[in-house]
Parts: sequence; C-alpha cells; structure tokens
Amino acid sequence: MKKMILMVLAAGLSLGTSPAFATTQAEDIAALKAYFAKKWPDVKGEDMANGAYALSEDKRINWESMRDFPPFEDQLAIGEEIWNTPFKNGNTWASCFGDDPSRVRNRFPHWNVRDKKVETLEGNIIQCQKANDEKPFKTKKGKIAYFSAWLANQANGQTINVVVPQDDPDAVAAYEAGRQFFYAKRGQLNLSCADCHVYQAGLFARGNLLSPVRGHTTHFPVWRGKWARSGGDGFGTLHRRYGGCNKQVRAKPFKAHGKEYSNLEYFHASMSNGMTINAPDYRE
Amino acid sequence: MKLQDKLSAVALVVMAAISSTNVPMASADEGLIAKGKEISFDRKKGNCLTCHQIAGGTLTGNIGPPLIAMKARFPDKAKLRADIWDMTKRSPHTMMPPFGKYGVLTESEIDAITEFVHSL
Repeated sequence: MKKMILMVLAAGLSLGTSPAFATTQAEDIAALKAYFAKKWPDVKGEDMANGAYALSEDKRINWESMRDFPPFEDQLAIGEEIWNTPFKNGNTWASCFGDDPSRVRNRFPHWNVRDKKVETLEGNIIQCQKANDEKPFKTKKGKIAYFSAWLANQANGQTINVVVPQDDPDAVAAYEAGRQFFYAKRGQLNLSCADCHVYQAGLFARGNLLSPVRGHTTHFPVWRGKWARSGGDGFGTLHRRYGGCNKQVRAKPFKAHGKEYSNLEYFHASMSNGMTINAPDYRE
Repeated sequence: MKLQDKLSAVALVVMAAISSTNVPMASADEGLIAKGKEISFDRKKGNCLTCHQIAGGTLTGNIGPPLIAMKARFPDKAKLRADIWDMTKRSPHTMMPPFGKYGVLTESEIDAITEFVHSL
C-alpha cells in the first residue's frame, strides 16, 4: 500500500506538480521509514545507511576489509591542513564557518532566509573562498572533497536534522522542487532517482546492489572504488554523484551546487534525518 | 521473487509440452537472432542483462523478470516488440527504458532484439 502511495505520488510529480499530492518533510520521512522497515525487517536502525552492505553478506565482507585500511587517510590530512591554513588576506575559515570545525557539516544543507535559497556545505566553501579573494576549489572532486570529508569526519556521531521551515513558502517550495527532481522520470533511459533507490532498492542491476535513499547522505563525501579506478583518487562530493547518476540515465547533468542539485540535496539529505553522520566511507 | 517462481513454473510446463509433443520449432532467421543477442548483451545498446537473466549472460541483474519461455508468454510476437519499443504504455512506472520511443535503439535493432528474445 505504501508503495502504491509512493507510486501515485511519483506519477503526480512527473506530470507536473499537483498541490493535492504535496506532502510535508515529516510525512515523507515517516513514509520512507515505514516502507523500508516493511521491505527489510532485518535491517536495523543505522545499518540502513550502509546501503548495499546491509543487504549483502558478500559485499559486506569486502567492504569491511576495505575499511580496515581506509584508502582516504592522506586526503583527510590534506583536509585538516586546509582548515588550518589562513587566507592570503589573513582571514581564516572560521570567519565563514565559526571556530569549531565539528560544528560545520551538520548545519548544511539549510535554507538561507535572506537570499531565499538552499545552501550546501560545498557551495558555501566556494562562496567563502570568493568572499576572501581566494581562487575557489573545483566543485566536485579534489580539495573540495578532501576538505568537506574532513569537516564531515569531525561531525561523526551527530544526528542529521535538516530543517525545512514550514512557515516559509519559499523554503517549502525548494524542498518540493527537490522532491520532484527525485521522483521524476529523467533522461533517455526514463529513470527516476526513486526507481532505483526506493522501489527497486535491494535488487541487482548487473552486479550492483541498489541502495536505499534513506542513509545516503550520512557518509558523503564518499571514496568510490569506481572513481579511484578512473584516475586520480576516489573522493567525490554528493553533487559529483548526482552528475554521474544523471549521465547514467542519459540526462544532461546540472551544475554542481546550482539551484537544481542544491534543492535535490535539501530533499535528499532530509530523508536521512534522525540518522548519524558517519563520514567519509568507502563505496564500490 | 514470486513472479520469478511463477515464470520458472511456466517455463517448465512449456518445455515439457514441447518435448512431449515434438512440435517442430518455427523456423527463425538465425542471423537476426544472433544479431539480436549481440545488441541485447551490448552495454551501450540494449544492455538487457542489467535487469534480466538471460541464458548465456553472466552476472545478470534481477530487477526485471528472467527472459525464459518467451513464446508461451508472448504468443503474439508483435506484443513483445511493442513492450520493448515502449513498456511505459502498458506499465507507466516500469524501470524498462522505452527503447523505441526514446530512440535508444533503431527500429531494425528492435526487430533483431525481438527475434532474439522471442527465441528464448
């Protein structure tokens, strides 16, 4: 029944929103929690965030051996060095993010009331550099991912609580746009995010086990084996992953930290509310 | 998967029926079937193994049903072709890409895939 409700919801959204279908953030989270609890009664609590590794014993063994010697320690050290290096103008990162690096990750994504837009951690890292006349990092990999991963790592154990102020129609609209993005069919292959990460989660696409949306954002930036094999290192931001997903369904990716992906992140991160940050992590 | 169990059962019944009655298999264009298999297995073309189990394919996905007993499931080959061309017409929320409608494959490629899948 829940699945049917979600399907009907997706249909409404892909036809262009009908207000009759609009649900609140709290309702969406509750529906997904119930849906996955029914789908996998054996996957308990935080293990959901481990995605495929909560569902396949074989994959879990490989993943755990990978985590015994994490491949990303050197990059985390670079991330820490970035935090400790003042800008040429003498300012520090604390001028943008406050003194405590463990209190940065979990403030994002959030609604900026003044500018009426969703702010993401990586988007604000770049904004901070520009405000201090620094050359901004590239948006999807490299230093921005190392820095973001280190900040997320400092926040490990904190509970995710993305807030959508229900009394602010613009914030609600941004969340709604993100939800539409997630449920809408897209690209030449006509697939929605929800097709793989809600309805078919747990099944295999060739050797890949499709992970559930709930828990996705707890461990970003991730180190992906696939990215590491494609040259450079394996680190990438959430928006790098969005772009990759869009390309795979043969849709044109949107700009990292632009409006579309920031709104998507607002919805997407919300779906992990109540779970704890556990970053960075290894993924296939 | 319940559906897969049902399909396996259908396959067994069909195989039994075929072997017991010795009905000669309809002659098909072997060349077209071979071409269809190639396109089906090609990741940049049909990429069918991502979701379907097909005889001869390795590390197959399980999002869609296994492609077996296709003649029993699709006595009318045109209906099979129509599903490959645009499955969303019959099942709006399907995961299956509309291969013809969105131009993922050409009409002749879909002809070949139809022959191959119908031979399974």
